[in-house]
Amino acid sequence: MPTCKDFLRELSEYLDSSIDAETRQELDRHAAECPNCWVLLDTTQKTLKIYKGCEPQAVPAGIEAKLLAAIQKKMDEKKAGG
Amino acid sequence: MTSIEPQSDEQLVELAKSGDDGAFPELVKRYSRRIFRVARNITNHDEDAEDVLQEAFMKAYTHLDSFQGNSKFYTWLVRIAMNEALMKLRKRKTGKLVSLDEELDTGEDTMMREVAVWEGNPEDRYSQDELREILDKTISSLPEGFRTVFVLRDVEELSTEETAETLGLSIPAVKSRLLRARLQLREKLTRVFKGKGENAFAYM
Repeated sequence: MPTCKDFLRELSEYLDSSIDAETRQELDRHAAECPNCWVLLDTTQKTLKIYKGCEPQAVPAGIEAKLLAAIQKKMDEKKAGG
Repeated sequence: MTSIEPQSDEQLVELAKSGDDGAFPELVKRYSRRIFRVARNITNHDEDAEDVLQEAFMKAYTHLDSFQGNSKFYTWLVRIAMNEALMKLRKRKTGKLVSLDEELDTGEDTMMREVAVWEGNPEDRYSQDELREILDKTISSLPEGFRTVFVLRDVEELSTEETAETLGLSIPAVKSRLLRARLQLREKLTRVFKGKGENAFAYM
C-alpha cells in the first residue's frame, strides 16, 4: 500500500497516465482512503484543467500589425535578393 | 467572398517555403496569441514579451528552410520563442545570477500547507478575463526553473523529451520540476479558489 509520500511522488505520472495499471489501482485505493491525498489529486487535476482550458488573450492589434509588416518586408527582401 | 479551404500547418509551411506571400502571415495569425502568452509567462514583462513575439516569428521565417518537419511546426516555433524569452530573462538578470538549483531548493512539505477543496468550478465563478489574470499572476510567481517546464509541458503540451531538449535538462529533472511546479500552482490556486468558512472535508 503506498504511503502519502509515495502518492505525492507518483502524482505527476498518475496525472499523465504514464504509470502501469497496478500502480494506478494502488494509488486510487490510497486516494479513496486518504482525504488529504484525494483533495490533493482533485485540486491538482483541476489546476491543470484550467490552465489547459484558458484561452490566451489577443495580441494587441498594433503589435501584430507591426510583426506582419516586418514579415512582409523580409519576404520582399528575399524575393529581391533571389 | 472567396472560400479558402483551411490548410494544415504543414501545407502552409510548404507554401511559405515556395514563396507564397500569404502562407507565413497565416501561421502568424494562427499562433501569435499562444506565442505571446508563452513570452509573457516566461519574461513577466510586457515589452520583452512583444520583442520575443517579434523575434520568434522573424527567426522562424528566416530559418524556415531548415525546418525539416521532424516535429510539428508549432513545437518548433514554441521552442524558438522559449529560447528568445530565456535570453531576455538572462539580459535582465545581469549582475545577479541565480543558480537554478538554488532556486529549486524548496522542501516538498512547504508545498502542501493548503489542502482544501475548491468551491464550485472556477470557470463558472470567474469570467475568462478574471480567470486569465489569476492564472497569469500565479504562474509568474513560480521560480523560473519551474515556470519554464510547466509552460512547455502543461500549457503548450510539449512532450517530456521535447521539453528536456528545449531547456537543456535531463528527463528526470523535467519530471521533478514539473511535479513541483504543479504542486506549487495547486497550492497557490487553492488559496484563491477554496471554499470560505467551510469544513475543508465537507465532501466526506
